[in-house]
Amino acid sequence: MSALEVDALSGGYAPGRDAVRDVAFTAEPGQIVAVLGPNGGGKTTLFRALLGELPIRRGEVRLAGRPAYVPQTERARLDFPVTALDVVLMGAYGRTPWFRRIARADREAAASALERVGLAGEARTSFGALSGGQRQRVLIARALLQQAPLLLLDEPLSGVDGVSAARIEALFGELRAEGRTLLVATHDVRQAGEWDRVLCLHGRQVAYGPPATTLTPGTLRETYGAELIVLEGGGRAVEVGHHSHEH
Amino acid sequence: MLGWLTDPFASPIVQRALVELLILAVACGPLGVWVLLYRNAYAAESISHGMLPGLVLAALAGAPLLLGATGGVLVAAAGIALVARDQRLGPDIGVAVCVSALLGLGGLLALSPDSPPRLQELLFGDLLGVSGADLAVAGALAAAVALALAAGHRPLALVGFDRGSAPSLGARPLRWELALLAILAVTTVAAVQGLGNLLVVALILAPAAAALSLARRLPVVLLLSVALAALAGAAGLVLSFHLEVAAGASVALCAVAIALPALLAPGRMGH
Repeated sequence: MSALEVDALSGGYAPGRDAVRDVAFTAEPGQIVAVLGPNGGGKTTLFRALLGELPIRRGEVRLAGRPAYVPQTERARLDFPVTALDVVLMGAYGRTPWFRRIARADREAAASALERVGLAGEARTSFGALSGGQRQRVLIARALLQQAPLLLLDEPLSGVDGVSAARIEALFGELRAEGRTLLVATHDVRQAGEWDRVLCLHGRQVAYGPPATTLTPGTLRETYGAELIVLEGGGRAVEVGHHSHEH
Repeated sequence: MLGWLTDPFASPIVQRALVELLILAVACGPLGVWVLLYRNAYAAESISHGMLPGLVLAALAGAPLLLGATGGVLVAAAGIALVARDQRLGPDIGVAVCVSALLGLGGLLALSPDSPPRLQELLFGDLLGVSGADLAVAGALAAAVALALAAGHRPLALVGFDRGSAPSLGARPLRWELALLAILAVTTVAAVQGLGNLLVVALILAPAAAALSLARRLPVVLLLSVALAALAGAAGLVLSFHLEVAAGASVALCAVAIALPALLAPGRMGH
């Protein structure tokens, strides 16, 4: 069975104004899917739809299991009184009855999730005292604790430091090898080229397929419109103007 | 020195007041922490002020204050929810409009020649007039609040920390935001007999603000808020006894005095 099947998906936040439409693709276990598109192009809306949180949704979504979601790090509160480990443990809240302590197995899994993202030493550090890249890694560790077959990551590599980016990319490779499916919203076309599938969104689905056939100059121009800055003529190395994070 | 601290509690009246305050501390402290984490301090102030007409009507009708407080809170909450639905205005304006109107209405009713002169008691409570029955009611309501906050601890944390991800982690934001307001309303009703609808806000917000600036982890913050609220209650009673000032106001001032150093020190709530 596929990890994720989307068929004729359209939807948005208000009636008559679809933020994303005509999305149809299938992702297999062990695939990393890059989700490309301009700001406001529908990346976050697609994730909301897959999470079942979009107010208006038409079409079909079939999931192998409940997905885990990794938000952009600036969405989380920095003044909340929690440590890095506390945040990771939130991944187990959904399966813990309110009158029970978090299970020992989950506490051990939380510690090893922090280790996987390279932050075992920061378990007791306040979340707000971590760097942006470290916070992103904590949120990824929280998603790991959810033990979801499908992970939706909203621009996990935007604005993170080099160490964090390298660690996150290495982790993506490990998760792929474990047979998990990752949907990664990104602005980095070069990086998308290293993954298994590319989904181009611009209010609607522009293209879906392996990077070799999807990341063409024509498709990218259609996806990004005026935001696109082509650095090199051969259609290989392409960078995209990176503006605000407003959605 | 010890006598100075214990003398006030020789009287059964002050003893009952202390028990009332300790009961309220268990509900008000942790509730205040959540209210501040949800940036809902304005709503806390407003809900308690908005129930004044209900209190006055109950006083006029000779009905239990608890009944008036409950009705008043429900009307205030419904009014705020109704006005806040208008996206152009936003929730703050909805709250401001409703609360000003309700406070004005309450004042109008209370100051009319036919009203018994009890407005002061409604606004500032009657800590030293608390009866055994009042204690039982406050105890039951405070226990319900503490239980609700314990049961909702994890979803409240999920929503407060990261609203956008909360649903995927198993907590519905709107449900818990409304639940917090409902708990706030119950707490306000529980506290109205002792502290009145103006001073209860101090016992909810001040110890919580201090606890948030002193501790780094949620469970510690919550326990600390109870301890500080209880401390404010006891200190307020001692001071009011020796200085012969109003007990409720003295407790409120002590709560703020405890919070002040913590708030002025460079800490986490500052940013």
